[in-house]
Parts: sequence; structure tokens; C-alpha cells
Amino acid sequence: MKLADNLKEVFKHRLLIRTLVGRELKARYRGTVLGFFWSFFNPFLLMVVYTVVFGFIIPARDESIGKPLAYAVFLFSGLLPWTWFSSSSNDSANVLMVNGNLIKKIMFPAEVLPIVSVTSNFVHFLFGLPILLVFLILFGKPLTAYIFLFPIVVLVQYVFTLGFCLLISSLTVHFRDIKDILSNLLTFWFFSTPIIYSFGSSVFKDRPAFQQILSFNPMTHIFTAYQDCFFFGRLFHWKRLGITLLVGLILFWIGYAVFDRLRDSFPEEV
Amino acid sequence: MPAIELDHVSRHYQKYSAKHRFQTFKSAIDKGDLFKSLRADEVVAAVDDVSFVVEKGETFGLVGENGSGKSTILKMVAGIAKPSAGRLSVQGKVSALIELGAGFHPEISGRENVFINGIMLGLTKKEITKKFAEIVRFAELEDFIEAPVKTYSSGMYMRLGFSIAINVNPEVLLVDEVLAVGDAAFVPKCLDRIDDFRRRKKTILFVSHDLSTVSKICNRVAWIKSGKIKMIGEPKRVVDAYMQDVTEEQEAEFRDRKDEAAAVAVPSPPSEGKIATPAPAAAAEPVPAPADERREQRWGKREIEIRKVVLRNGRGEEKHVFHPGDVMLIEMDIAAREPVKDFVFGIGVFTSMGVMCYGTNTNLEEYESVSFAGEGKVVCRIDELPLINGTYYLDLAVHKRDGYPYDYHRNMYSFLVSSMIRDEGVARLAHAWEFSPEIGIKSPVKGTETP
Repeated sequence: MKLADNLKEVFKHRLLIRTLVGRELKARYRGTVLGFFWSFFNPFLLMVVYTVVFGFIIPARDESIGKPLAYAVFLFSGLLPWTWFSSSSNDSANVLMVNGNLIKKIMFPAEVLPIVSVTSNFVHFLFGLPILLVFLILFGKPLTAYIFLFPIVVLVQYVFTLGFCLLISSLTVHFRDIKDILSNLLTFWFFSTPIIYSFGSSVFKDRPAFQQILSFNPMTHIFTAYQDCFFFGRLFHWKRLGITLLVGLILFWIGYAVFDRLRDSFPEEV
Repeated sequence: MPAIELDHVSRHYQKYSAKHRFQTFKSAIDKGDLFKSLRADEVVAAVDDVSFVVEKGETFGLVGENGSGKSTILKMVAGIAKPSAGRLSVQGKVSALIELGAGFHPEISGRENVFINGIMLGLTKKEITKKFAEIVRFAELEDFIEAPVKTYSSGMYMRLGFSIAINVNPEVLLVDEVLAVGDAAFVPKCLDRIDDFRRRKKTILFVSHDLSTVSKICNRVAWIKSGKIKMIGEPKRVVDAYMQDVTEEQEAEFRDRKDEAAAVAVPSPPSEGKIATPAPAAAAEPVPAPADERREQRWGKREIEIRKVVLRNGRGEEKHVFHPGDVMLIEMDIAAREPVKDFVFGIGVFTSMGVMCYGTNTNLEEYESVSFAGEGKVVCRIDELPLINGTYYLDLAVHKRDGYPYDYHRNMYSFLVSSMIRDEGVARLAHAWEFSPEIGIKSPVKGTETP
């Protein structure tokens, strides 16, 4: 099977992927004084801003979340994975063009590049987790053992994100407009995903149709699951997450097929 | 055993129209089929049905003009581009010196880039660690290896790239014009290393415009023209044929330009009894014009007319490219309508800069004209051409002893002297070197000679 062969080829290049991810991370903070510390510092500052704004200035009204300070933590537990997703997508839209000289001059499977984008942003996501944990302990609800289930959610998001990024990166080579479409799409997608509000919010009690529509968004179940692991400390809805994984796998398969179909045109078009 | 085998390989490139290029995602969807709109309007064959075999341990050269498809062949052998048709097989690990330092990240240090680049080229971390010192030493970057690559000069960049690629220790080495950017000290070092590969019986596919290097280091050479193999075989022979072709093309272009000029400057041959339209004023006195004004020209009233000029080699074949040792015959078909008693035949050889290399005529050499009428042939035989590599132009003339021109052809014929020696000047003086024994000096190793 074509997909299996491709994956085998990618696996052969795992050392290259690891090295390129390392290069990506090193290059990002090269020349800065604080260096790697920024990976912690960025989410920390963001967290402080949210705490001040939503804890003291505009207190949130959602009873399911609890006291205003907790809302900031709730928000952060969704924003962190969202940043992973949106940065990966934005990076992937450019990655083949930026690395055009590699594609033209060196033989290696081009899908390594979007994989590196997704993976290096994933590493940044991991760097943000300790900050999240600290604030969860300080302001959030008590932690439970369910927090150890979060790698499953990460896996689902990884598959979904990678599928999406393969699709985006290969199509952008031919249609540069996708870059602009993408930034709008991501904004829209952000607000259609329960990140700044919760899926179980009382607002939806009167308007179940909204909730219905939201559940068609695969991201809804991924982010709800994150919030369940981190914030609410309960078991996520594993059926919904299972279906989301299936959707993610299908997207991955489609994305890879499109990427493979367009692969030969990359050296000429990037 | 063949190391590289190309069997009727073609590579098509898709040419999209300008309209397509600006097509958007939206319009592609509107039209229905996303993939259909990605189909090209026109297909260009960059490589067209090429077959050749490079044996293991052989150094194989590719020559041809820019855009003839050499690099595309190299890219296919490297696996970067896929053949659109045909079969291509390569035995053993390939390393391509195509673009050196492709994939260097400017922000990170030379050391880290060596590792990343090495991994891209297929080395393992262990192998790179083992060869690291050698890579840095060869690139002469011991003092700078910890500095970010963005601070490197282009020469340092290239040296590091070359050093990594050559240390991949491939079975098959692909070299594409990379030596063109090296400085005077580094290029011989690279050639040395390539030589080392040859001695160790590795296979090399070599693309270069430096024809003297090609004919020196290659066992066989293929000449690619417009994506097809024009000739394949012994280096000297192929390189000569290629150079001849280039000259002929230059001459064809030259001829076209001349025809245009002639339509304006040269009066039509005078019909009998009538006096021709006056020749251009400058024509009355054939004084050599300054270099930049040496255009192709023809003047004179053609009482004796030079009808046709052919350059031949010693075997009587028509030729445009000569080697310094060759015989050159300048053959002029001439005709006179009425008997003429006073005539002198002359030749002049000029460089492309308009510097006269040599000029003579029958009068200076004390031939005495008696009479001529009807048609005849004059041949000037030049036994050797002690000239340096380059294009030369001929002035040919028939005139009176006092200089009155019958028919004067200026710059209308050209030939190329093809020489592998890179000496300079106007002419090559026959010479030999002698050294007393105290002087340690090696005589040049002769490359492949003409059989």
C-alpha cells in the first residue's frame, strides 16, 4: 500500500526529523538573551494577563467553571493546545516554500517538512504544560488522576493536526491564497471551538441546536477532552474522542494522498 | 558492472500559462476539478529519450549548453527529480555536489550545520562525529566552526558544503558545476579530492562548462543538446564536436547579422557596363578602423570578385574549428569579367578584439601579377596556427598594387582556435622550458590525447 510505503520512508528519516526539530527549536531563540527560557516565559506572561483580565476586570459568568480566577486557568488549558494547532497550520502553509532549496537540491521525502512543523510546535506545547500545571494547582480545581490521560488527547490532536497540515502545505504550493484563507479560517475555527467558553455551559441549555452544531467540529471534542483532563479532573467522553480520532485518521489519509499526488510538482513550483 | 543506467529516460516539465499561474483556489473549485486545473497547458521535454550506461569506477562527463538538460539528468540520478518515462537505476550510495550547503540554517553554528547537513545527505550521527575533524580541516574553518553560518563568506559557505558532501563517501559522486565558485586555492584541492575518488574506483558523473577539466578527468563524455544525446564517447572527440557546434551556431547567428548589415551597406554587384553605386566613403582607403568599428563590411567595384570563401583542414574538409597544430586552407573562388593585369591577393587575421595577428599579400611576398580573366581559385595554405584559444576573423581582399580595392571582405569569415592551454596574448611563440636540476618542478601530466 502506498501510504504504508510512504510512512516506512518517513520512519527511515526519523533521525532527520529529530535533527530538524532540534534545529527549529534552537534557531527560534538563537540570539536572544533568555534563550530556551522564553518557551516557559511566553505562556507564563500570557497566563498572568488572563488572570488579571478575567479574574479582576471582566469576571466570567459561567457557573460550571467556578470562581473568576479559575476561568483564566480554564482558558489557558484550551489556549495552549490551540496555539500548537494554529502555529503548526500557519507554519505548514509556508514550510515547503521556505525550504524550497532543500526540496530542489536534496533528496528526502518532502512530508518531513510539515511533520517537523507540527512536531516542533508540539515541543513548545510541552514546554507550556508546567506553567499550566502550576496555575492549575494555584487557582484551579483539585487535580485528579485523569490528568494522566492527556497523552491520548495529544495523540488525537497530533494525527488531526498532521493530516490538516499535510493538506495545507501541499495545496499552498499551487494556491498561495490559502495562506490568507487560513488565517481567517483559524479565527473562525477558534471561536467555534469551546476554548473561551465551555461545552457544558448553561448557555447551551436553552439552545441545544448550538451544541449540536458545535459537536460537528472535531476540535470541540479534542478541547473538551483537554479541559476534562486538566481542569475538571474527570474522564473525557471517550466515545466522542474515539470518533474524533477516526475523523483525524481519515483527514490524515486524505491529506497524505493529496500531498503524495502533488509531490512531484514541488521542485518546480516552490 | 554498471553503476548508473539510463534506459530511454525522459523528463517532461509542465509549462503553465500566465493565466494559470495566478489562478486562485476559489476559481479552481468553481471550475469543479481541483486536479484538472493543476494539469499543465504545455509539456516541455527537458530530457528526451536519453540512454547511457556509466560503468563502475568510470568518470563520465556531461557537456552541453545552458538549458540542454544536463542538470536535470543529474537531478534524476540523484533522485531529486523522477523520470517521466523510461527506467533509471543507480547502484550504491549517491552523493550530489549539486548545490553546496543547501539546507544550511544561517542562525546556527557551523558545527550544528555540519551535523544537520550530514544527516540530510544520509550519514549517521556516529559517522559525522568520526569525520567531523576531517570535514572542518578540509574546509579550513577550524577557527569559525562555532560561529553561526550567516557570518560566513560565500567562499567559506561553499567550502563547508563541499567538505561535507565529499565526506559522505559515496559510491557514486555527482558533480555539477560546483567548482565554478571556488577560489584559486580551493578548486585544485577539490579537483585533487575528485581525483582521489577516481583512483579509488568510484563512479563520478561530472557536469561542467570547463571543457579542459572535462576532457582531462573524464573517461567518457556525452554531449547533450536540447535534451537529447548528440554524441557519446572519447572526451577529446566529443568536446571538439561540441565546440565545433557552438562555433557553428555562433557563426550562423553571425551570418544572420551580416546579412542584415549587407542589405544596407553593400551595393548589389554591378551589372555589366554600368558603374556601380559608389561604395561607402570609407571604402576608398582600406585603412584598418579602430577595434570597436571593425564591423563586417564589403566594398570594391568587383572588377575581380571573391565569390566564395571556404576554410578547410588538411584533409580538405570544410571546418570552422581548428587546433593550433592544424593545417588551415583559405580557399577563394574568384572571377573577373574582363581581363585584369594588376592584382594582389591579401589576407589578414584578426582577434575578436580587432587586433591584427598577421597580415600579408602576394605583393609583399613579391609575386608579380600577369593576367587573369574568367574564373579561378586561390588557396592560401597555413601549415600551423600558433594562436591562442579564441575566435578569429579574416579580412580577404583582391586589390591593385596601389591599394585600389577590387573586392574587399572585412570580418566576413571567422574561425575558432580550440586550445586546452590557457596561455595569453596574440600568438603562441614556439617555445620549450628547461630547468636546472636544483629546481623541483613537475612536468604536466598529459591528459587524454587525440588518437
